[in-house]
Amino acid sequence: MAETALTNTATSITRPAGWRGIAADWSSDQRAFKNVSWGKAMMWIFLLSDTFIFSCFLLSYMTARMSTTVPWPNPSEVFALTIGDRKIPLILIAIMTFILISSSGTMAMAVNFGYRRDRTKTAALMLATAAFGATFVGMQAFEWTKLIMEGVRPWGNPWGAPQFGSSFFMITGFHGTHVTIGVIFLIAIARKVWRGDFDVERRGFFTSRRGYYEIVEITGLYWHFVDLVWVFIFAFFYLW
Amino acid sequence: MTNAAVHVEGQQPSLHIHVHEALASGATQAKGQQHPIKLYLVVWGWLFVLSTCSYLVDYFGIHGYLRPSLILLFMVLKAGLIVAVFMHMAWERLALAYAILLPPVLVLVFVAIMVFESDYTHLLRVLFFAPPT
Repeated sequence: MAETALTNTATSITRPAGWRGIAADWSSDQRAFKNVSWGKAMMWIFLLSDTFIFSCFLLSYMTARMSTTVPWPNPSEVFALTIGDRKIPLILIAIMTFILISSSGTMAMAVNFGYRRDRTKTAALMLATAAFGATFVGMQAFEWTKLIMEGVRPWGNPWGAPQFGSSFFMITGFHGTHVTIGVIFLIAIARKVWRGDFDVERRGFFTSRRGYYEIVEITGLYWHFVDLVWVFIFAFFYLW
Repeated sequence: MTNAAVHVEGQQPSLHIHVHEALASGATQAKGQQHPIKLYLVVWGWLFVLSTCSYLVDYFGIHGYLRPSLILLFMVLKAGLIVAVFMHMAWERLALAYAILLPPVLVLVFVAIMVFESDYTHLLRVLFFAPPT
């Protein structure tokens, strides 16, 4: 019965618009996020804490780059690829960006079909998202291999400031880990959708709670966040 | 243990009724976030356009103040589209939206602190650790 009380978000209390509504929600007893389920609120709060982690990485990168007297390696040249006999700047990173954006698009559509209870399309779109994510991680592995072969190490590189390597491996490594975890998360939930767990409200083996299609949206929140972080990494690390 | 098993077994008939109800209602009414697929496709298209623009900033080697301004502009637009539409923040309750979106803005204070700090470190390095000429 406690479960119903926690997840029942159907009744949404009407509040005045704007700041008065926010103050009314926060000063009321028990729950601040009235019609938001605990699962979604908790995922958002986790993502907020993850935002601070990535902010710290990007800030330490900024500090290292601004305070060094040695010139910073030019990312446009470092990440260039020779295709045919033309050297195209940053092309691999651009392709990785488009792949991650496409995965976000398929994920958004999976959430939509999930709420329409279209089991097959939801699972298929989630697996497509996972495939895009796996491709992204594969290309990142290729990029790492290329840079390590060229002599980039966390303590130095052939082109300039030694902090370049440590910043690169830390930031892209942590992001790649997030993508990998996201792929596993997607496959796990896609399997449940495919099996029809959320149509029969089958209880989870770990939590023994009933599952709902909302978990597709929560998985989607995590996945879009991974894409969001890449937007910032692309702008600050690769383009700046 | 046995109690739980009995509990689950007792629920079996109602589970089946639930399936039929769910399947019947699924076609007519859906819960949660519902927006036309076209909206997602339009946003997807815009994200492609904006990413291409930010890539072209590097491809054409734009320099000076224009470069960081363009990079930041495209970055903020992309982030805004993802958070507002893909993550449905535009339709969430305001109490949640402000609780999640305001704290990251405070990171800008941290950015300002570290800009001063790294300027200072850079100055010290230039003054005291410059290679003798």
